[in-house]
Amino acid sequence: MFGPKGTGDTSGYGGLVSKVITPGSSERPYGGYFDEVADNLERAYPEFSDAIERVFIDRGELTLHIKPEKLVEVAFILRDSLKFEMCMGVNGVHYPEQTGRELHAVYPLLSLTKNQRIRLEVSVPDSHPHIPSLVEVWAGNNWHERETFDMFGIIFDGHPGLTRILMPDDWKGHPQRKDYALGGIPVEYKGATTPPPSDRRSYK
Amino acid sequence: MTTFDPYAPSRDTTEGKVFSVTGGDWDSLVQEIGATKEERVVVNMGPQHPSTHGVLRLVLELEGETITEVRCGIGYLHTGIEKNIEFRNWTQGTTFVTRMDYLSPLHNETAYCLAVEKLLGITNDVPERASVIRVMMMELNRISSHMVALGTGALELGAMGPMFFAFRDRETVLEIFEMITGLRMNMAYVRPGGVQQDLPEGAYTKIREGVKLMRKNFKDNATLLIGNSIWMKRTQGIGYLDLAGCTTLGITGPVLRSTGMPWDLRKVQPYCGYENYNFDVVTADTCDVYGRFLIRMNELEQSLRIIEQCVDKLEKLHGAPVMVADKKIAWPAQLALGGDGLGNSLDHIREIMGTSMESLIHHFKLVTEGFRVPAGQAYAAIESPRGELGASIVSDGGTRPYRVHFREPSFNNLQATPAMSEGGMVADIVAAVASIDPVMGGVDR
Repeated sequence: MFGPKGTGDTSGYGGLVSKVITPGSSERPYGGYFDEVADNLERAYPEFSDAIERVFIDRGELTLHIKPEKLVEVAFILRDSLKFEMCMGVNGVHYPEQTGRELHAVYPLLSLTKNQRIRLEVSVPDSHPHIPSLVEVWAGNNWHERETFDMFGIIFDGHPGLTRILMPDDWKGHPQRKDYALGGIPVEYKGATTPPPSDRRSYK
Repeated sequence: MTTFDPYAPSRDTTEGKVFSVTGGDWDSLVQEIGATKEERVVVNMGPQHPSTHGVLRLVLELEGETITEVRCGIGYLHTGIEKNIEFRNWTQGTTFVTRMDYLSPLHNETAYCLAVEKLLGITNDVPERASVIRVMMMELNRISSHMVALGTGALELGAMGPMFFAFRDRETVLEIFEMITGLRMNMAYVRPGGVQQDLPEGAYTKIREGVKLMRKNFKDNATLLIGNSIWMKRTQGIGYLDLAGCTTLGITGPVLRSTGMPWDLRKVQPYCGYENYNFDVVTADTCDVYGRFLIRMNELEQSLRIIEQCVDKLEKLHGAPVMVADKKIAWPAQLALGGDGLGNSLDHIREIMGTSMESLIHHFKLVTEGFRVPAGQAYAAIESPRGELGASIVSDGGTRPYRVHFREPSFNNLQATPAMSEGGMVADIVAAVASIDPVMGGVDR
């Protein structure tokens, strides 16, 4: 409706395009219990260096970037040997500018025994959005994976019933992806029409 | 055949005969079902059913009165909050997240703000007074939320009295909320960097009186329900879920604590300074609905204890700031009660309109564009009345969140419904769901 188009800056004021910069691998020592977790995982899982692409510490949180095909193996070891009994679900993030790894799935893990938290991250290309399901490892991931499928279109292979969960069954598209517009409907009040949110300057 | 009922017709489909139930047609329905040879009946409970806790749909497969399979249908209250946040600035995000789990708005706000503060790297700069206010508000909110859980839970099992008492006590909390924030729910009171405004005059007295009143009033429900033989028969041994079931399903909160596991994030991973308060983690070892009920009842007293300690601390910290000192993050204006209700303080208006051009620019930039948050992702988890409420937030370095995801305890814990109810009676699924205490606003977001 107003203003410039296509800068990617949704604030409408800065005119700046901000890029998501993911931090590179962290160097040892990681600090806190993160070294212990990494050591234990390396000991329990000989293919550590092959399966885990990156380990990084940011804002006091440990993230392990795992190759999608190795995810289930690593998850079983984390659950059984490293005592991460709980997975707090999965959430997707869509980074359209990261060609070849546009869709990320993030799994926060929790250990009740050791009172520790780590995060697993998996990235897959938009053209082949397949990640093995972790429902057989943590049954509670069932609905979380369905939600991530619903919102991002990531297909979790081996999921017992991967259907939409929040959107209607016949919905087209995956709403949380960045290429999915906010949408909305125009609102008419006292003869004047307010355009749908997608067409308003401040939401572009 | 019975007489034709125009409002509740039955029709044949490929899956078998489908009956529509509209109420008041029980006799004709029973006759019709009795005429079919089918043993297995599929009953659709909800989404508009008084005992399914909001718009929850349960699809039950029954053999007689025994449930053989349960499926939950959710999404009826999906409002796209996580998508909408991506189009507003970081401060506006609080007004969205507060509407997720509408019974514990202050927990949602605090989880969101803790994650944003982690991204900003100002976790340790949040003033102590702000943290104490957050803790106090969250504990008040825990009481009001548990009151709904207990009151509606009892109502769903046919006990009407407890609900009246519960809502009477909840009112005490909501009046305190109204006094402090101006609103009874969806306050957007907790903001990145602190809280929106300081406590008004007379708040300490009102809270102390409220605590005293609630401590007395809570006894009413305790005498009504604890040890009540009907209540015990409806809740003991019902909705069984043990520790192994809880860990594999990711269940936290009162359901996890009813297995004897003393897991409370306020104790094990303290945030907002919870390590400075004296309180106990309440557990039960029965793994059933009665255990969860007792946990909620006893947590009320623990919350009251924390609130009293908060008021003591707040009186000592009177006049201290409630927002970070960083002017690039803190909201520029302080609200003040004018003749026409809430508004900007006149001193602030005088400054930006009359004396300082720079203040005006600063105010304009911060209010319209918002502050920038360094790129990265953060996860902040707090103990909400229903379990672990986690905020996963991704920033791209801009003035708006790149992605906000809430790990809602209601959403996760509702998955335990089949494990708790399959093999049991139809009437018991109501008790099992009530003991999970799902809030559909949080489930569907």
